[in-house]
Amino acid sequence: MNHEKKRKVEGFIALLLSTLAAIFGLFWLVFILGDVLVHGIGALKLSLFMNDPAPAGVEGGGLRNAFIGHLMITAFATIIGVPVGVLGGTFLAEYARGRNISRIISILADIMVSVPSIIIGTFIYAIVVKPIGHFSGWAGAFALAIIMIPVVLRTTEDMLSLVPWTLREAAFALGAPYYKVIVQVVYRGAATGIFTGILLSIARVAGETAPLLFTAFNNSFFSVNMNGPMPSLTVSVFQYAMGPYDSWHEQAWAASLIITLFILFITITGRLLLKWRYKR
Amino acid sequence: MGPSINPSARPSTKKDPVDTLFSVVTAVSSLSILVLVVGILIVLVSESSLAIRKFGIIEFLSSTEWNPVRETFGAASTLYGTLVTTVLSLIIAIPVAIGIAVFVTEIAPNFLKGPIGIAIELLAAIPSIIYGMWGLFTLAPIMSTYIEPALQQTLGTLPVFSLLFEGTPMGIDLLTASIILSIMIIPFTASISRDAFNLTPEVVKESAYALGATQWEVVKNIVIPYSKLGVFGGIVLSMGRAIGETMAVAFVLGNNHQITSSLLDAAATITVSLANEFSEADSDIYLSSLFYLALVLFVLSFITLFIAKIFLIRAERKYSR
Repeated sequence: MNHEKKRKVEGFIALLLSTLAAIFGLFWLVFILGDVLVHGIGALKLSLFMNDPAPAGVEGGGLRNAFIGHLMITAFATIIGVPVGVLGGTFLAEYARGRNISRIISILADIMVSVPSIIIGTFIYAIVVKPIGHFSGWAGAFALAIIMIPVVLRTTEDMLSLVPWTLREAAFALGAPYYKVIVQVVYRGAATGIFTGILLSIARVAGETAPLLFTAFNNSFFSVNMNGPMPSLTVSVFQYAMGPYDSWHEQAWAASLIITLFILFITITGRLLLKWRYKR
Repeated sequence: MGPSINPSARPSTKKDPVDTLFSVVTAVSSLSILVLVVGILIVLVSESSLAIRKFGIIEFLSSTEWNPVRETFGAASTLYGTLVTTVLSLIIAIPVAIGIAVFVTEIAPNFLKGPIGIAIELLAAIPSIIYGMWGLFTLAPIMSTYIEPALQQTLGTLPVFSLLFEGTPMGIDLLTASIILSIMIIPFTASISRDAFNLTPEVVKESAYALGATQWEVVKNIVIPYSKLGVFGGIVLSMGRAIGETMAVAFVLGNNHQITSSLLDAAATITVSLANEFSEADSDIYLSSLFYLALVLFVLSFITLFIAKIFLIRAERKYSR
């Protein structure tokens, strides 16, 4: 009886502790999101979107240049990274399916997904910024594209693998060459999944700061020239938050709020899409 | 891979030229990964060759001096910072993450499982710069006014622990950075552990219940032993993330190159030094030494992530049997 009681008490304590752990995890989510929301909404002003940065200490500046720069860098990164990722994933799941080369590249891509993004920044600095001689929006876009490629490649591979092989066989039987089978049958079957993978990869790079620090660098003026230094929201947040002015801190909070909402929106959309399509 | 996959079912007799072209294009795209891995390694080695020649390998890794004025550079202080923040954040994150995984798989009522899982994954989606800024403006003041003085008055009075909590609590230190890191890696460990737990066959769990085991005994003696490979892989993966995390710690670590026993002192990690000093390096040897740091970081995180991947692959093989 005593032994039984001990087991029950032990079980109760363990389960209580893991419940507390879950509450602990949720606590941070609520704390961080709440904090960003409270500070960010308080600092949201129309001038943030309409004006370029004012000289240090002067009121009324905004981050219009950083919004535009961030959009451009992310958009070009997507344009470069997505095709390479989707096509690469196609090779692994289709032409090289089951071969060793496919397994090796798949593992390397998984590792690349988690390799510190600041290393990509140093890499691009060495091969793009240094030879050209100045920071540029292109360098930033390349850095983000390199981060996107393995993410898109792995999700594409997984999503194509989910398409039943018999579907391909049916198309082969009609005499279709493999590329037509892939483009017209397999891609259609996996479209939602691939699209979700692209969405999640955009969410992943949209919040990156470290790879932009010494590639796109920063620019306190409005610029749409991808060949010159380009401002981004994240680098601006870093600079403003570390800076000494209260008006800078406020703008940093507001920009953080926008980045966070954007990324959470994309992430949730992606999750819902996957759930709706694959009903797990 | 299902049994229905039969490579010989591919049409191999008639080669369409467009098909050949398409297969080559996709092959080149996928090889970009290989090119990147090898390219990064070669570029980092060649860029840091100046520093490698001047400081050697063992000397660079063991020297604590990081002095841009005298142009002598060693990685020991930043390696120490990386090591301390990584280990400390894992100590905090692992029990919490496993607790969360147990809660989500075994305890939570069904209607809570999905939402809590999503909430934890949202925690992982928040960009690291948000964690960093939140740490600087919100967590650091809380640490310096409440938590750190309290730690000094309690644990700090014990003989050995006093070394860990010396100095004036400023909030910009190893402890704050480690706490932020731990919040960041909890979701990774938790979601991989949850997936591993979920793969435990129901029959085995039900058999244990039938023998009279309590819920905790099933978790402790059936679920955890069954999924330990996956959980371990998740932990090592989180370690890889913690080693390479930059922005979340850059705000609250102070970038002070020193080896200190106190967790309440400012320090530097490899990533923080890179973020702060890279675009300011004014001499070739300075920049080369920073590339050398990046190389050390790349090798370190690559090996860690590779080990994690091996564990996860072995876990996957075990479950799919």
